[in-house]
Amino acid sequence: MKAPSTHPAKPATSIPALLKTAFVNALIALVLFSLMIGIRTEAGSSGQLTYWTRFGDLASIVAAVFGGSIVIELLRQWIGRTGAEKLVPPAVQSGISFIGRYLAPALLIFTLLVPVIFYNQRYILDLAILVLTYVMLGWGLNVVVGLAGLLDLGYVAFYAVGAYSYGLLATNFGWSFWICLPLAGILAAFWGVLLGFPVLRLRGDYLAIVTLAFGEIIRLVIINWQDLTGGPNGVSGIPRPSFFGIPLDNSDDGLAARLGIEYSPTHRIVFLFYLILALALLTNWATIRLRRLPIGRAWEALREDEVACRALGINTTTTKLTAFATGAMFGGFAGAFFATRQGFISPESFTFQESALVLAIVVLGGMGSQLGVALSALAMIGGFELFRSLENYRMLVFGMAMVLIMIWRPRGLIGHRAPTVYLTKAKAISSDLVKEGHG
Amino acid sequence: MSGDKILNVDRLAMRFGGIVAVQDLSFAAERKKITALIGPNGAGKTTVFNCITGFYKPSGGAIRLTHDGGRTIALERLNDFRIAKQAKVARTFQNIRLFPGMTALENLMVAQHNALMRASGFTFLGLIGAPGYREAEKRAIDLATDWLKRVNLLDRADDAAGNFAYGDQRRLEIARAMCTEPALLCLDEPAAGLNARESAALSELLLSIRDELGTSILLIEHDMSVVMEISDHIVVMDHGVKIAEGTPREVRDDPKVIAAYLGADEEEAAAVMEGGS
Repeated sequence: MKAPSTHPAKPATSIPALLKTAFVNALIALVLFSLMIGIRTEAGSSGQLTYWTRFGDLASIVAAVFGGSIVIELLRQWIGRTGAEKLVPPAVQSGISFIGRYLAPALLIFTLLVPVIFYNQRYILDLAILVLTYVMLGWGLNVVVGLAGLLDLGYVAFYAVGAYSYGLLATNFGWSFWICLPLAGILAAFWGVLLGFPVLRLRGDYLAIVTLAFGEIIRLVIINWQDLTGGPNGVSGIPRPSFFGIPLDNSDDGLAARLGIEYSPTHRIVFLFYLILALALLTNWATIRLRRLPIGRAWEALREDEVACRALGINTTTTKLTAFATGAMFGGFAGAFFATRQGFISPESFTFQESALVLAIVVLGGMGSQLGVALSALAMIGGFELFRSLENYRMLVFGMAMVLIMIWRPRGLIGHRAPTVYLTKAKAISSDLVKEGHG
Repeated sequence: MSGDKILNVDRLAMRFGGIVAVQDLSFAAERKKITALIGPNGAGKTTVFNCITGFYKPSGGAIRLTHDGGRTIALERLNDFRIAKQAKVARTFQNIRLFPGMTALENLMVAQHNALMRASGFTFLGLIGAPGYREAEKRAIDLATDWLKRVNLLDRADDAAGNFAYGDQRRLEIARAMCTEPALLCLDEPAAGLNARESAALSELLLSIRDELGTSILLIEHDMSVVMEISDHIVVMDHGVKIAEGTPREVRDDPKVIAAYLGADEEEAAAVMEGGS
């Protein structure tokens, strides 16, 4: 195993070894927390130091560590690391593969039903739209990072290009969403190619830095080109999407009036939900399809070995550019959707943090895996909201969760690769063999 | 030069800064024959290969490839992927360069990229599932299957190439190069790391490529049993220049060649040979 093992990976199933580990961990916890929790100090009423002991709390923490290490140790032996599947009982294994087979369709059916189930819960619908936006962004970036192996830290630039394309075209020329959507995609793809050209010869860290700079350049241009973009004030009054020309509002020719049903603001939310779902599914369909076409195989081959690609007569320049353009196009679609949903866009929405978040979704999900990216978008965005009540601690919880996932599954939630073509049987390829690419 | 030469290398020179890797090298490879390029380590063989296959741009000289129809291509003017795509020169690498995370079949499909790209209407027709592309893909799979059969890896078609044993990887790389349907196949030490049985199988494979498909082969090899058995013509290099060429028999008895391999000078080698015979 290449992963540095912090714990001695002995196949210790014996109870004394287990207890010993737990005891050592509890001892460390005791030393650490005896001062941090065991003794509480505060300034007294007249400025003197008062302190009191909290041995009860200390004892419960140490006990929790003791119990927790036993549980974790048991889990570790049971789940095992990647490549240690033999330890998992066959029943569990077949269960996991059963879940794996039906997870994607089940998730899709559930997603389709979300507006029906949560019709009256605006918060959940909004959250679902947000999650789906990130699923789409993740799937778009997955083409560049997961398939072609080109580390792109400036993906948010294409999201911004798409959003501003729609925002400006709609507010200045009054063009409808359905005309602007493909235009936003084309413009973003065009910028993708523009970014692609200077970075063709760069690899790895260098590529990442240039793409990072590209993302910032786009944002700075938007901020400073005040005549066109409104600068930091952004673009407001972006038209809401219409149902193919029929507005979704309270007017007489609105959809509700035409259908003869009572108007409700939720109609628009539900429409937005299905719109982003359709866009995300389009991204997914196109990506799955592209993977099985020669261009998709060339992307993956490029990730595996660029020199070999050239020796086989593959034009690596156009292959890289098409990967950038395809990823950027999906980012542009998502951007146009973002603009029409918000009705207002400003440069603040397109900071580096967004790029980092989308990249984290792709890496955590397992580079190249469509289902993995969707799950990790759900976990990241949904989880982020879930821990909202924890306020300042949620970043901490979040960071810990990411570290844990990377320890357990260094290649992401779904790390294995499915072959694009097979003779007799499609066998999943272990993540140990699949390269990450080096730009 | 005569018409049945597929490759003519004329006064090829390659310098890296002040270091002269190849100097004034001229040789030719005959069509439908196996030409071997041999020489001690550091003689510049792989540099010559990289010049022919476009990975290096030669500092001087000309490399001409003549196709069956008499079309001549100046290889030194084409760069990297165009040599494989337009001039139909395929190569393998000294340190195997397969796509380890892709299956054997996928590796062979990637090799047919250019033909499949055209068939898929540069992706657009393929995306909508045009029947023309489906047929082309089926043909590509058939060609790949055929090659997997030839290199005896058919039962492992759906396994990741990275999981293959060393000898299997070598054979798969040759199959991958052949799936580009090349006019000239360049092999960089195909027998390196193979055992005697695998070397014999390799010789058989290369002879079948020459005899059944009529593909010309240029190979670099250290394994003399393979070289002497299958080569029609041998070019010997040392320190960047050609020191001898001829049939296996001629080269084997050339004192210059023996001297180069023993690291001794010519007279000593001649003396050794006198004493030996």
